[in-house]
Amino acid sequence: MATATGVAGSALGRVSRLWRRPGRIRRIPVVPLSIVALLLVCAIFANIISPHDPRGADETQRERVLKTLVPPFQNWDNPLGTDRRGLDVLTRLIYGARTSAVISMIALGFGVVAGTVLGLVAGFRGGWADAIIMRLVDAALAFPLILVAMLIVVVLGPGIQNIILAIAATVWARFARQVRGEVLSIKERDFVTLARIAGVPDQTIIARHILPNVVNTLLIVVSLQIGNVILTEASLSFLGLGLPPGDPAWGIMVAEGRNFVIDAWWLSLFPGIAITLVVLAFNFFGDWLRDTLDPKLRRL
Amino acid sequence: MTTMPASQAQGQAGTASGDILLEVNNLKMYFPVTSGLIFQRATGYVKAVDGISFFVRRGETLGLVGESGCGKTTTGRCILQLYKPTSGSIKFEGTELTSLNTNQMRTMRRKMQVIFQDPYSSLNPRMTTGNIIGEPLIVHNMVSNKEEYKERVGELLRHVGLNPYMADRFPHEFSGGQRQRIGVARALSVNPEFIVADEPVSALDVSIQAQIINLMEELQEKFSLTYLFIAHDLAVVRHISDRVGVMYLGRLMEVSDRNEIYINPIHPYTKALLSAVPIPDPIADAQRERILMTGEVPSPLNPPSGCVFHPRCPLATEKCSQVVPQLREVENNHWAACINVPGYGET
Repeated sequence: MATATGVAGSALGRVSRLWRRPGRIRRIPVVPLSIVALLLVCAIFANIISPHDPRGADETQRERVLKTLVPPFQNWDNPLGTDRRGLDVLTRLIYGARTSAVISMIALGFGVVAGTVLGLVAGFRGGWADAIIMRLVDAALAFPLILVAMLIVVVLGPGIQNIILAIAATVWARFARQVRGEVLSIKERDFVTLARIAGVPDQTIIARHILPNVVNTLLIVVSLQIGNVILTEASLSFLGLGLPPGDPAWGIMVAEGRNFVIDAWWLSLFPGIAITLVVLAFNFFGDWLRDTLDPKLRRL
Repeated sequence: MTTMPASQAQGQAGTASGDILLEVNNLKMYFPVTSGLIFQRATGYVKAVDGISFFVRRGETLGLVGESGCGKTTTGRCILQLYKPTSGSIKFEGTELTSLNTNQMRTMRRKMQVIFQDPYSSLNPRMTTGNIIGEPLIVHNMVSNKEEYKERVGELLRHVGLNPYMADRFPHEFSGGQRQRIGVARALSVNPEFIVADEPVSALDVSIQAQIINLMEELQEKFSLTYLFIAHDLAVVRHISDRVGVMYLGRLMEVSDRNEIYINPIHPYTKALLSAVPIPDPIADAQRERILMTGEVPSPLNPPSGCVFHPRCPLATEKCSQVVPQLREVENNHWAACINVPGYGET
């Protein structure tokens, strides 16, 4: 257990030292971090901060029909306008953040765990296990992420759990490859040999000596993949392959608005901006994390 | 290659006085060189260690010297069973190590430990010093509770000249010399009898080297340890060793007491090696006779026939390329593998 706290201690320690001395090594990315924070706040407190209900349950049908397609910045009740059904765009944006955050976090979680375990096995065991796992990784990376995800959703049908599965099934390979490479170099280091000589069992060697030394790299790859995952989720929703239509999700909002881009530009523009900003923010944050924790990973 | 019966080490063991702790007999370690993508086949073998025999007496230090790539480290790793030797026997306290299974070997590993060359690579950067030192204690169930564990780790730190409060620090907070001390403490944790020191001071500054060497000697006295000291620095080996073995291209060339080998080297390779050591006196250095070797060390993939040293040897005769010289006692307590030295006898 001391090992685990040691890892968190040193990785977080480095980050926190940078907080205290801004400009010393690399300034922390204030704008991307604020966007990420805003996304998280929206996701967690969507029901508190949004002015309306995302499905219009707070108003009667009549009330909504009377205010369909209100342009943005006209009144305080619907600051970003309303859509064809008279639903508040800002509210749906905020709930869309929740959808994105939940789906991408769960999918990433599965992807990270699967990728890490397979990468550790491939790197540590070598031989046949390595050959098979790495060919699977090659196969998974050879197809475009979105194509595989589409295939899975088409075969298994739409629904939140299938989107999560589709995304997890495509991102794991990147983690597996990165972890395996790292394990290959770490397992040749003397402290692993010393653990072997001491008679430490293989599982303990992996848990105490190898995994903690992979965590930094893993953290960086994860942060660089978040943007990708959010984009995949939005793309699937946009293509109508993800969540049922009517659910608040950025991809669905863009898709619904695309037929009225000339007349009601705000329907697609705001969710589009949201996707762009969030993906960019995570990419900048990931870049910064990589440069700070492990400059060797520049060429990923 | 002429296969010889288990070489003269048997004879050595018979005549050697004292208690033999480790006995290596005709040890060979060949690494296959493979080619082909899917169906890998061996296209050749790197003969890293090619039939060496020696013994280590309890409580002594055997120094193993030789240039890079001569198989010193491979020998050490074979003894620790990190590599499975191609052939040969390694007996530790009479137990044949090569035939032990994993569990039996784990028990044996309490008795033999290692100190590595690079103090930066040998300590896990994510573990505290205390946990690094204490890990073997837990693996071998040598402590029963937390207090005892802490106590023991503190005691080990004191043995190597560090403070017990340093147990909570991480390796990056220490200097190279201190890190090597931590490595020594870890090796000591299981109360071993035998320590393979694989170039333990080569990565350190000269002043720090002296400290670590002195520490190792002090600990040897205190815990009656036996060392196999692998190094390429002849001066360091002379200082710490009781006996010295000289290796070249996977073979042992000469084994003798340390003073004997430095003052009266017999094998032409040892002579050449010793004459390469600079003397810190320019006049004496200019006056002495130097034996310069020509050419490069041949590749262990394709070693020369007969005596591996013959292409570079000033004494080489035609016979040297045909006969593989065995390590024989050419003088009292002085073994050499060269057919042209007096005392070797009939080939």
